[in-house]
Amino acid sequence: MSSETISSGQYIKHHLTNWTYGQFPDGHWGFAHTGEEAAKMGFNAIHVDTMFWSLSLGFLFIWLFRKAAKTATTGVPGGIQNFCEWIVEFIDTSVRGSFTAKNDLVAPMALTIFVWIFLMNFMDLIPVDVLPQIAAWIGSSLFGADPHHVYFKVVPSTDPNATFGMAIAVYLIVLFYSIKIKGVGGFTAELTMMPFQSKNKLVQLLFIPVNFTLEFVSLIAKPISLALRLFGNMYAGEMIFILIALMFNAGLVMGVLGGFLQLGWAIFHILIITLQAFIFMTLTIVYMEMAHHDH
Amino acid sequence: MNINLTLLGQLITFAFFVWFCLKFVWPPIMNALEERKATIADGLAAAEKGQHEEELAKNRAVEILKEAKDKAQEIISQADKRASEIIEESKDTARVEAERIVTAANAEIEQETNRAREALRGQVVSLAVQGAGKVLNKEIDAKANEDLLNDLVAQL
Repeated sequence: MSSETISSGQYIKHHLTNWTYGQFPDGHWGFAHTGEEAAKMGFNAIHVDTMFWSLSLGFLFIWLFRKAAKTATTGVPGGIQNFCEWIVEFIDTSVRGSFTAKNDLVAPMALTIFVWIFLMNFMDLIPVDVLPQIAAWIGSSLFGADPHHVYFKVVPSTDPNATFGMAIAVYLIVLFYSIKIKGVGGFTAELTMMPFQSKNKLVQLLFIPVNFTLEFVSLIAKPISLALRLFGNMYAGEMIFILIALMFNAGLVMGVLGGFLQLGWAIFHILIITLQAFIFMTLTIVYMEMAHHDH
Repeated sequence: MNINLTLLGQLITFAFFVWFCLKFVWPPIMNALEERKATIADGLAAAEKGQHEEELAKNRAVEILKEAKDKAQEIISQADKRASEIIEESKDTARVEAERIVTAANAEIEQETNRAREALRGQVVSLAVQGAGKVLNKEIDAKANEDLLNDLVAQL
């Protein structure tokens, strides 16, 4: 749509740029007008669109489930309640399946991860131009902004900040429980005394740096893989939607073909968004299980 | 695609949602599910118990019916027995009565016979006396010959 005035490259770039509020290099705070400006802001910036959608969807989640929880009775359940209970039951089964220790935090955390990530991923199924165009229209007509400089990225899980934020939060909880359950000594031993072991004290001492290198890599790999897996899948999916959207400007035949492609990819994407939410949740449960048990 | 403050914002947001879920969402739903499970289990157990009781009641009903039938049979046979007894009794009574009546009739007959005989005897005596009077052509004083007459009567 916008490519009448901007090129395909700009179109893609526009779609992949967040609406950023932050500190300019000269010290004052404000919205970035271009991607380059946003990049120059460094760490002192915040993605307004990511925060807005993730918070909105998160509140949608807790509002829905809180409503179900408040009306939860032993009688015949209604529609919303039935739906929420179905999800809760599903999460509970998953947690019971792979988490054997007793920790009341794991199941609610798994529920939050699954539903929240699912909702954030679901934004991907809304045609890529709808919300950014609305935002551009609101921005230009109400606030007098240049429509090409209104950035609005609607899928929070395609923002690495969101996925890393969640993965780091999960990993901090995992580390907390690892140290709490095993003690500092046990946790350190797990990092340094495995996988290579020896009865000889001197040899064991030599093994410590080797073990630590190996274990530390696997320790760090967990949150990074957790975050990058979700980000990568969603980012790639979003990218394909954007590329398909480009076809709509390439004549009638390509446009119709693009319509079918978009439909097909969206149907396939339903599977991906659910699967990614499920994988994130399952891995969280597994990491929590590992935190509660010695190897 | 810049890592910035959004990271911290997302981290805090996530922590908040998990906390909210832990405090206000998960426990009530889980409790409701557990309670409903218990209620359903109770209901099923009660239904099973009810079925069992129904079976017992059915068995008892059959038993009672059988008992009643037996009792009815007994009563009928008793009644039959009693009926035949009553018939026998009435037969006996009838026989006795008949005998009594026959005896009484016989006695009456005998009495009548005797009475007729007495009457006949009196008449014969008077006829004899009359005949004798005629033969003798004179009146026989009945009073004078009373002893003779009585003797005659006795001989008859």
